[in-house]
Amino acid sequence: MHDSADKLAPAAARPESREATRQNSAGPGRWQRWQDSDLLHSFLRSKLVVLAAIVTVLLVGAAFLAPVIAPHNPYDLKSLSLLDSNLPPMWEAGGEPSYPLGTDDQGRDILSTILYGTRASILIGICSVLFAVVIGLSAGLWAGYAGGRVDALIMRIADVQLTFPAILTALLIDGVAIAIFKNYNLDAAKFGILVVAIGLSFWVQYARTVRGVTLVERNKEYVQAARLIGIGAGKIMFQHILPNVLSPVLVIATINLALAIITEATLSFLGVGLPATEPSLGTMIQIGNRYLFSGSWWMVAFPGLTLAVLALSVNLLGDWLRDALNPKLR
Amino acid sequence: MLAFTIRRLFEAAIVMLTVALLAFVLFRFVGDPINQMVGQDTSLEDRLRLREELGLNDPVPVQFARFVASAARFDFGISYQMKQPVTAIISERAPATIELALVAALFAVSLGIPMGVYTGIHRESWLSKLFLSVSLIGVSLPTFLIGIFLIYVFAVKLGVLPSFGRGEVVRLGFWNTGLLTASGLKALILPAITLGLFQMTLVTRLVRAEMLEVLRTDYIKFARARGLTLRAINFGHALKNTLVPVITVIGLQLGAVIAFAIITETVFQWPGMGLMFIQAVQNADIPVMAAYLLLVAFLFVLINFLVDLIYVRVDPRIRIYGRGV
Repeated sequence: MHDSADKLAPAAARPESREATRQNSAGPGRWQRWQDSDLLHSFLRSKLVVLAAIVTVLLVGAAFLAPVIAPHNPYDLKSLSLLDSNLPPMWEAGGEPSYPLGTDDQGRDILSTILYGTRASILIGICSVLFAVVIGLSAGLWAGYAGGRVDALIMRIADVQLTFPAILTALLIDGVAIAIFKNYNLDAAKFGILVVAIGLSFWVQYARTVRGVTLVERNKEYVQAARLIGIGAGKIMFQHILPNVLSPVLVIATINLALAIITEATLSFLGVGLPATEPSLGTMIQIGNRYLFSGSWWMVAFPGLTLAVLALSVNLLGDWLRDALNPKLR
Repeated sequence: MLAFTIRRLFEAAIVMLTVALLAFVLFRFVGDPINQMVGQDTSLEDRLRLREELGLNDPVPVQFARFVASAARFDFGISYQMKQPVTAIISERAPATIELALVAALFAVSLGIPMGVYTGIHRESWLSKLFLSVSLIGVSLPTFLIGIFLIYVFAVKLGVLPSFGRGEVVRLGFWNTGLLTASGLKALILPAITLGLFQMTLVTRLVRAEMLEVLRTDYIKFARARGLTLRAINFGHALKNTLVPVITVIGLQLGAVIAFAIITETVFQWPGMGLMFIQAVQNADIPVMAAYLLLVAFLFVLINFLVDLIYVRVDPRIRIYGRGV
């Protein structure tokens, strides 16, 4: 397999062969450069950021290895038993070692459900941020490059949307989707609806940032030169201007990831997100909230803690990235 | 100033019309309004007659004009779910949300400004670090988690405060207030803290940042050189000059308070507009959703407009700039 990939590579890479050789020649020096870079230096300087990174990697890793490391499968209805429901964590009286963090009202193991639920939350977060980036990038590039009426229209829409908080926009899109698909089986489509709803409520920030950079880059000589030799507008936008906007977009995306995860959890908690059968951190907290008064604190405490820690560490990473990539603060 | 006001008013009108168009599309084309209103055994003739009576056969622009006209008179039709006029439902629910939002804002400002001033002046003290850590957590934690945590501590464990509802309310004309009874006030505490915490952290951080900036300026150094007391410098000179951006942000945050009220009201089963909206979303109750959308948009546009005007009035630098242009 390795051989065939090698054979295919030159043919596939021919159009960008110059690009490829440049990257190859930079190969050995690149690791060295990374080690010397400000980015790594500022990363290691702050213990809090390192801790946040470790926690994030652990949580994401555990979530995506859920099918392997989870002691039970919350999707497997056969393995559930109502006799095991409402068990406290193993260190409390009445707890069982096979359910380390206790069970919920249907006898699902809390630990396993958290692992699967975190996976769902992170997946929706990443997908919706990607969706927002794609829309925001395209709209911003187009508005900045085309200017004139296109620019005015896109930025007006962005202004109107910016007057509303993102959570409200997400709720509205979600509500409309529920109304449209009222008569269909929604559960399967819920993932997509959530991604679209959260993604559409976050695109404005990217569009504004990208437009700002594009307005500056558009008039630089290299873009004028590219236009003169007859390169199409699309290629100029995506191949020449796009690389200039990637670092601010990356920063916003990291901070938005935490927000997107919280938004998903909030929507699910409000009962308009993922269905109750689909474990996510939000739905778990929603279910646990109903049993708060019966003393079953573990049903809401552990997923709540996971959500808080996840959001906090991703936020810290985003803050660090923003400061590290901001040349003004160096 | 007049030209500025007129331009802003014009922009506000366009925003409102756009939102009205959205609400209209929602109302008219998401599901058939007739099917939502009548039962299954209504005959076809009755349906057609109702369709004609409601004017659903008219050209779409005419329908839109009629929709805008009735919305301007606060007539949003009948709720599909509750079979009552939407306006009646909203006017019954609005006082609960407005009281909650105002108390939360008061909480945020009355705690946030002193904390911001303190952390701005005593940068290195452990109390400042504590305040800042708390505010970082306040920004990162989702609202509903804070609400659940407060309920668990104060309602479940300590049993001192109620966890849901508004308590007893007193009717003052058209306004139901919970501020005049002991149970109403007790019921207000936890939701107001939950709702106000995020704004409080925001105010703290903003005041701190502004204080740090202002304290570096020459006129503060000069005030020190004149031998003014620390209190006069910090509060009379520094804090006063931080307040313009703070007022703006607080004004703009009123909108966010309304949005987060949806979550807080759900956690505490607070009978306000946010809970009404969530129930409308869950039941696809389009008239209520459309009305809420228009109402919130109106509030936002109004707040933005007022903040713009106040800003120009308060900050002379903007006024001079505006006159020059």
